[in-house]
Amino acid sequence: MYSNMKITINGNIREFGYESMTADQLIVELKLTSKRFAIERNGEIMPKSLFKQFKINDGDCLEIVGAVGGG
Amino acid sequence: MVDKFEMNKDELIIAGRLFRSRLLIGTGKYRDFKETRAAIDQSASEIVTVAIRRTNIGQNENEQSLIDFLPPNEFTYLPNTAGCYSADDAIRTLHLARELLDGHNLVKLEVLGDPKTLYPNVVETLKAAAVLIKDGFDVMVYTSDDPIIAKQLEDIGCCAIMPLASLIGSGMGILNPWNLEIIIDTLSVPVIVDAGVGTASDAAIAMELGCDGVLMNTAIATARDPIMMAGAMKKAIEAGRESFLAGRMSKKFYSASPSSPVSGLIK
Repeated sequence: MYSNMKITINGNIREFGYESMTADQLIVELKLTSKRFAIERNGEIMPKSLFKQFKINDGDCLEIVGAVGGG
Repeated sequence: MVDKFEMNKDELIIAGRLFRSRLLIGTGKYRDFKETRAAIDQSASEIVTVAIRRTNIGQNENEQSLIDFLPPNEFTYLPNTAGCYSADDAIRTLHLARELLDGHNLVKLEVLGDPKTLYPNVVETLKAAAVLIKDGFDVMVYTSDDPIIAKQLEDIGCCAIMPLASLIGSGMGILNPWNLEIIIDTLSVPVIVDAGVGTASDAAIAMELGCDGVLMNTAIATARDPIMMAGAMKKAIEAGRESFLAGRMSKKFYSASPSSPVSGLIK
C-alpha cells in the first residue's frame, strides 16, 4: 500500500502515489522530459546533473521555470 | 577617418563577447513565436532578452516554446529579471536562469521600484549587482539615467550599463540626452540605451549620442508591422552609429558658406 506524498509545484499542491521520488521520476510524471526548465527545491537550485539521485520528499516546495518572451 | 575595413570591424564587445549588431531585442508582446522569430531575423540582432517564469505543468507535451524558435546556439540569450522588485528576487531569478541555460552567465539585471511606472530601484539594483558579480555573472544592468549611479554600477563590475531613454513600454523616446551624454563620456564599459525608444529616429538619436547599442521590445512588437519595424530599427541603429563615427558638422544658427561655388555666376 502506497502512502501518498504531497508536494507544492509552482504554487499548486500535487499528490503522487509514492513515499518519495527522484527528480528524474518527477519529470516523467509531469511530462517535462523534452522540455527545457530549471528546478528550485525549497529555495535551492537542483542541478540537472543530480536529477537521478536527488530525492523529492513529502512537503517539498518546488518552482519549475522556463524561458518565455520578455523585454 | 573610419574606412570600410574598419567599419566592418566595428564590433560591440560585452564581457569579452563580440557582436556585430548593436540592436538588442526583447522577445515579449509578439503575436506568436513565428512573428518573434521573423522580426528578430529582420533586425539581424544577436542578443535576445527572455523572461524567466513558472513552466505550465500539464500542458500539451508537444506544445512549442520560445526556445524552439530561438535556439540558444543561434542567439545570445539575455535572461532578465523583469517583474522583480527586490535584490533577492532578482538574484534568485538569475540563478535559475543560469541553471536553465546550462551555465550561461550573461544576464540583464533590472530591479523595479514601482509597478505603475516600472521605474528602476537603483538601491536594490546596486545590491543585486554586487552579489551577482561575486557569484560569477556578467551583469548588464538596467538603470535610471543618473550618471552617478551608472558610474557606481560600472565601478562594482557591471559589464554594460543600460540607462533608460524613457519609461519601459512608453515609446516616449530620449527624454534626457544630456544625462545620457554624461554617462557615455564618464564610463568605459558599453552604454546601451534600454527602454523608451518608440520609433526609428529615437534609435538613431541614441546611437548619434555615442551609445554602444540600443535594447528595445515594445517599439517593434507593437508596431502595426513588427517585421518591417524590425528592419527600420536595424537601419536606424546602423545609420546612427555611422553618423556618430563620421562626426557631424557643427551647428550654426545661419551659414554664410553656401554649398555651391560663389564664383562663376552668370551675369
